Amino acid sequence: MKIQDIVEQLQWEVLAGAGRLDADAQGGYVADLLSCVMAGAQPGQLWFTLQTHLNIIAVASLTGVAGIVVTESAPVAPETIAKAEAEGVILLSSSEPTFETLVKLTQIGF
Amino acid sequence: MREYRADLHLHTCLSACAEVEMIPPLIVDEALHKGLDLIAVTDHNTSGNAGAVMEAARGSSLLVLPGMELQCQEEVEILCLFETLAQALAWQSEVETHLLPLSNDAERFGPQFLVDAAGEFVDEDARFYQGPVRMTLATAVHRVQTLGGLVIPAHIDRPSGGVLGVLGIWPPELESVDAAEVSPNIRPSQARQTYPFLPGIALITGSDAHWLDQMGRAITIFVMEEAPPTLACMRRAFHGEGNRRVYVP
Repeated sequence: MKIQDIVEQLQWEVLAGAGRLDADAQGGYVADLLSCVMAGAQPGQLWFTLQTHLNIIAVASLTGVAGIVVTESAPVAPETIAKAEAEGVILLSSSEPTFETLVKLTQIGF
Repeated sequence: MREYRADLHLHTCLSACAEVEMIPPLIVDEALHKGLDLIAVTDHNTSGNAGAVMEAARGSSLLVLPGMELQCQEEVEILCLFETLAQALAWQSEVETHLLPLSNDAERFGPQFLVDAAGEFVDEDARFYQGPVRMTLATAVHRVQTLGGLVIPAHIDRPSGGVLGVLGIWPPELESVDAAEVSPNIRPSQARQTYPFLPGIALITGSDAHWLDQMGRAITIFVMEEAPPTLACMRRAFHGEGNRRVYVP
């Protein structure tokens, strides 16, 4: 599914990577421990997390996930957003907690 | 030069998860019994009992550094070590303004006791120390170093609370630290093999003792000048200046 379609339907906020939303995402991974994400996330997945430390951008590049979705509108520092832009990482924000975010995602056929 | 046997990571009865036997006179006795020269008091998010342990060790050969094991907002734990109680208490009052607005549930987490040098009850502390404070790792590192303290990321290999478990790779805000602690589960040499991206800083270990028997189960030897150890000497030992060095026996 195109990230653009998801963002529009679920009204996620685009924090970085607005120009690259026509990319596809398939499947997802949920974790806040970056060591788990490095071991478990697959390229092309959406990664859902509450962790907003700068290292999430490096880990997203490393794993090749399609994008990061920060849930519960967890505050993301400007440095993290700037790094995402610089590294070409799509960084999104959902206002709802992770569980509700995922339920809604399945409801739109993801 | 001489060798100092150091255990720089231990909890008192002020940490809810520690046993009530972790009171100043017993900690000092246990440290001396195990041949330790240098210990640090590192309760979770507070230094409230550090002064009492320092006082209990007065007149003995044991040097006690006041400190804290801080859990930052990212849920990474760092040891914050200071030379003087005044520095540690200044740091504690900064941390207090960033505590989560919760109370300790002593039934579930365990009680948190402030005690005096004799180990006598002074107060039960109901603030919430069993989780992160609302301060970023970057801010904490900067503030501790500004106060003259040493920052040592704690048990970096541990899945929970360890920087590598939580943040996956070495974060930029830890570039200024002089040393890192590995847990008793791994040798420093194994850690370097497992995590080849680790910076070339000194790797130490500590017991993270929550009860007396655990004290000294993992120690670090400091080879430093024959003089009362200071943080400046320890920093020089971390950097291998002169003939100073640190190693894990």
